[in-house]
Amino acid sequence: MNRDEMLKKLSALDFYIIDLHLYLNTHPTDRDAIMKHNAVVKEARELREEFERLYGPLLSYNSTSKCPWQWIENPWPWQYKFNFDLAGDDK
Amino acid sequence: MWVYEKKLEYPVKIKKPDPRMAKVILTQYGGPDGELAASIRYLSQRFSMVTPEAKATLNDIGTEELAHLEMVGAMVKQLTQGASIKEIEDSGMAAYYADHDKAIYPASASGVPFTAAYVQSKGDPRTDLYEDMAAEQKARSTYEYLLNMADDPDVIGPLKFLREREVVHFQRFGESLRHVQEYLENKKRYSMGKMK
Repeated sequence: MNRDEMLKKLSALDFYIIDLHLYLNTHPTDRDAIMKHNAVVKEARELREEFERLYGPLLSYNSTSKCPWQWIENPWPWQYKFNFDLAGDDK
Repeated sequence: MWVYEKKLEYPVKIKKPDPRMAKVILTQYGGPDGELAASIRYLSQRFSMVTPEAKATLNDIGTEELAHLEMVGAMVKQLTQGASIKEIEDSGMAAYYADHDKAIYPASASGVPFTAAYVQSKGDPRTDLYEDMAAEQKARSTYEYLLNMADDPDVIGPLKFLREREVVHFQRFGESLRHVQEYLENKKRYSMGKMK
């Protein structure tokens, strides 16, 4: 996987977590959904660690850095260059 | 507190500048039914919310709206990047350019600066959740109007994603309202006292 493929996979897993998380807030006794949520969290955590090791920190808190301080590295998420191409993917 | 994640919730990668779309999409940044209003509305209302389900829902949707605010800002930025002065003038973005260059400023499509009057925080948990459900519908309608004006797949993708999230949030607020109504009914039954 290259950087963009890895970021795309991580974004998909993270989105899955966000959506299950909101669902669970109003369905807190859905055991199957909690198990699914926990499994995706584990998978995303491993991929996030791998991404950060290769391409630098993703979190403003709790990510480690090499020297010089990697957090300030370009590009930032609002920049064209940061993002992967998705247009046409949902066709 | 919050933790920032250095990536977007859904990618924004727009190859072709289009200041005409930038000017109208800006309304979801700082307009009456935009993401800033949504976020500040939910994050403010959570302080007086009742039931664990509804508190968590306001907290977490308010947080997700900040991620949407960032996506909308990224769209406006990329849609104006590389646009010439001539293109900006022809697209109706000249007045905005005079005040802000190509910077991102929270205003509506018609140029009204963001105001807290777009939101309410009423203290009655049912009233607030009804407002939130209406807000999600208003935002969904806005994204549909924006989609009607968009023709670039790079712009349509993120707009469709954001529209879909409004539908999910509406659903979750509806479920939260049912939890709150049940809670208030039980409270009334056992105390026969004041409503709060």
